[in-house]
Amino acid sequence: MTKLAPHANTTQVDVEQLKQQVNEILAEAERQGASAAAVNLGVSQGLSVEVRMGGVDTLEFHHNQGVSLTVYVGQRTGSASSTDTSPNSIKETVAAALAIAKHTGEDEANGLAPKELLAQADSLPALDLHHPWALSPEEAITLAQQVEQAGREDKRIVNSDGATVTSGFSVRAYGNTQGFVAAYPSTSHGMSCALVAEAKGEMQRDYYYHAHRNPAMLMAPEEVGAKAAERTLSRLGAKQPATGKWPVIFHAEVARGLLGHFISAISGGALYRKASFMLDRLDTPVFPEWVTLAEHPHLLQGPASAPFDSDGLPTRAQNFVEAGVLRSYVLSLYSSRRLGLAPTGNGGGVRNLALPAGDKNLAQLCEQMGTGILVTELMGQGVNALTGDYSRGAAGYWVENGVIAHPLEEFTVAGNLADMFMSIEAVGNDVDQRGGIHTGSLLLAPLTVAGA
Amino acid sequence: MTNSLIKRTEEVLLAPTALTSQILESILATVAGPQTDYADIFLQHSHTEGWVLENGVVRDAYFSLEHGAGLRVISGEQTGFAYTDNLSQQALQQVAGAAGSIVRMGMSGKVKPLVSTASAPLYTAENPILSWESEQKVALLQRLDAYTRALDPAVCEVSASLHAAHDNIMVAATDGTFGADIRPLVRFNVSVIVERNGRRERGSAGGGGRVTYDWLLEEGRVEAWAKEAVRIALLNLEAQAAPAGVFPVVLGPGWPGVLLHEAVGHGLEGDFNRKGTSVYAQQMGEMVASPLCTVVDDGTLAHRRGSLTIDDEGTPTQVNTLIENGRLVKYMQDKHNARLAGFEPTGNGRRESYAHLPMPRMTNTYMLPGNSDPAEILASLDKGVYAVNFGGGQVDITSGRFVFSTNEAYWVENGKIQYPVKGATLIGSGAEVMRSISMVGNDLALDSGVGVCGKDGQSVPVGVGQPSLRVDALTIGGTAS
Repeated sequence: MTKLAPHANTTQVDVEQLKQQVNEILAEAERQGASAAAVNLGVSQGLSVEVRMGGVDTLEFHHNQGVSLTVYVGQRTGSASSTDTSPNSIKETVAAALAIAKHTGEDEANGLAPKELLAQADSLPALDLHHPWALSPEEAITLAQQVEQAGREDKRIVNSDGATVTSGFSVRAYGNTQGFVAAYPSTSHGMSCALVAEAKGEMQRDYYYHAHRNPAMLMAPEEVGAKAAERTLSRLGAKQPATGKWPVIFHAEVARGLLGHFISAISGGALYRKASFMLDRLDTPVFPEWVTLAEHPHLLQGPASAPFDSDGLPTRAQNFVEAGVLRSYVLSLYSSRRLGLAPTGNGGGVRNLALPAGDKNLAQLCEQMGTGILVTELMGQGVNALTGDYSRGAAGYWVENGVIAHPLEEFTVAGNLADMFMSIEAVGNDVDQRGGIHTGSLLLAPLTVAGA
Repeated sequence: MTNSLIKRTEEVLLAPTALTSQILESILATVAGPQTDYADIFLQHSHTEGWVLENGVVRDAYFSLEHGAGLRVISGEQTGFAYTDNLSQQALQQVAGAAGSIVRMGMSGKVKPLVSTASAPLYTAENPILSWESEQKVALLQRLDAYTRALDPAVCEVSASLHAAHDNIMVAATDGTFGADIRPLVRFNVSVIVERNGRRERGSAGGGGRVTYDWLLEEGRVEAWAKEAVRIALLNLEAQAAPAGVFPVVLGPGWPGVLLHEAVGHGLEGDFNRKGTSVYAQQMGEMVASPLCTVVDDGTLAHRRGSLTIDDEGTPTQVNTLIENGRLVKYMQDKHNARLAGFEPTGNGRRESYAHLPMPRMTNTYMLPGNSDPAEILASLDKGVYAVNFGGGQVDITSGRFVFSTNEAYWVENGKIQYPVKGATLIGSGAEVMRSISMVGNDLALDSGVGVCGKDGQSVPVGVGQPSLRVDALTIGGTAS
């Protein structure tokens, strides 16, 4: 192996200095005539290596910084951003935002939050998001090689699309002219592996990844590789299902997306634009009675945890759905004003949404389904957010009498999301914790499946 | 040879930090040791802006400035890459050190003298953002809002947006390449929601290209898009459930070319074929489509969204015939994959920005026209779907399975349109679908300039196009039995 230079990535970012810089930018905005302003300043750096067929494919050093700001002149607003945070560039960026604010229209919903609604910058919850990893490029390469090697043990794995190891560190700083300024560091580390299996002239690709804020919590590299191999191999021999109506299990990995469509539909932006199939559904049943959907933004080391939202409001644990009934929308400050409701601390979205785990594992969920389809992959964009009409490409497995019989490919599942949510029969205990939505696999009543 | 694009970009990219082409050459020399096959520096300075109208008000707009440089060092199959947003000589040297750690350091090598190559520009160098005053941008959106609302009483929501970018790029490489480009990009979109009898539907339309804002006003373009958005939304109010199962499909001309982008385009990118992960690897010279199909990737069309005077590695773009009368004749290449696989670069080396590595990417991908009258193709449908417009698509290049979703489609019986059907996803296997193309129309059209292609987390603007064509069997993902 070639000798590598030392980790180029050892600079520490000074959190206090970033807060100071936010204050300076806010002062510049006021100096140039903004009646109010908000600033986001971010710095991130990291390392990623990709190994393919045993050799190094790419070694990348990342370093990004950027400032984005919103200025207000009365009820008018303008935004500008730049990757250049030098004082001269800041002046120009502020001027660009103000120039825009001369031409935008007045909007009563514009403006910062009143002080009493803002998070307490000096007593933010500690979320344990910062776990640096002293990972040298050589070590990262060795780890990636271990991942890939474990993935390529089976002879039917004929090719690799690479194993990657990434490690990243970032600081997010936010401040506004109501006197709120806060910054916090976080880290994210990950491993992934994509493999190709071949048998009888048929090629299939699949992958697996794991990511965590804390490197000590990462899966063993061999396990990541083995999972990728297991998933890829299990796709060999895929057939098309017959067209018809079948009960469907959305595997935990794709069940996340299904709940994501729900969150989009109850988000303020879709509601005030009247572009949601969940319009006017507050306090009505939208899921079966056993379903609760809760947000846990303060989950320690959580993938989507954050102490405050993009408006500087405190994030909070809350239920959007209780006993199947929609109890709250997902609102930013602006969308809450447009809808005449109180904000929910969801500027920037929902953080760690959870559907509590059921008591069955995936095999037991398949038994409950009997004969039907387990969907493990979805393709394309066939979701109509306005009507809830849903039609997507899929791959997965045919389940016969409660047991996985063979892999499936080249089919679609279609229905309407509002009906699909009401028809969820069970959730598994196989919760996928890797992203911002945590759910087990979901068993749904029959959907239209188009195949051969 | 002098090159006015080089001169203009030098003023933007090099002069402010006292860089020169000699300095770039000397930085490249520090990573051009005996183990280095290739290294390049990519410098970029881009402005973007966006103006969005909704609820009758242009309530927010943004302006953004991004600049930086990416430096890549290639040794065999290995690539080292680092980037900086600081265009000083010192920062570039640090980045070279990091990227160069992929090869043994401390041995400078020879860099071929940088030679600027002049390609005739395919688009104006003028900055579209500066081509109009802010008042004009706001006025256009407000005028379009009123115009769109007046088109039909069912229109209840209108949103419209203007986006523009002005990108200055320069690339210097150890193979002597020294290229520069100035790339404008404009995009307009209008989206409406209509409501009638309690049913609500949406329609949208838009377009753009490597032009300045004035282009939007020519030939009544924006008004035509507004009408199109309303027409699609009203049509969808009447739509019935799409069928589920395998049917023959007639695709309309233009944007439905997203079929080609997904079914064969990605699979013919050089990186997937060098690595052997594409279903089209080892198929060079084989029949991969019906003999009616000739598919090209053409980066040389003037003003098109997917066009580039030079790619992001400094290679002039070309008209690349990928499939000729059904036979696979060429993959799309960047320099790295071309060198490893023993091909020539094809002008398809593209990157989202200085902070991303180049890869083989499409430009404008389309099928050449055939002989059939479009009306005759539609008349050939006994029972099937006529799909006129689509949203996006996606492909698994290893199995060749791909999807794309309709947003304007009709159920057809005995060659006659019966009724519009709701949006549905169509799924097929690229190789099978391309072989089952049985009629190709004489009505080649390109899309209106809205395409964005994503690969490995990098987005680049692209174009697609095709004539009307008939596919004998595609799986339609509707809900009607």
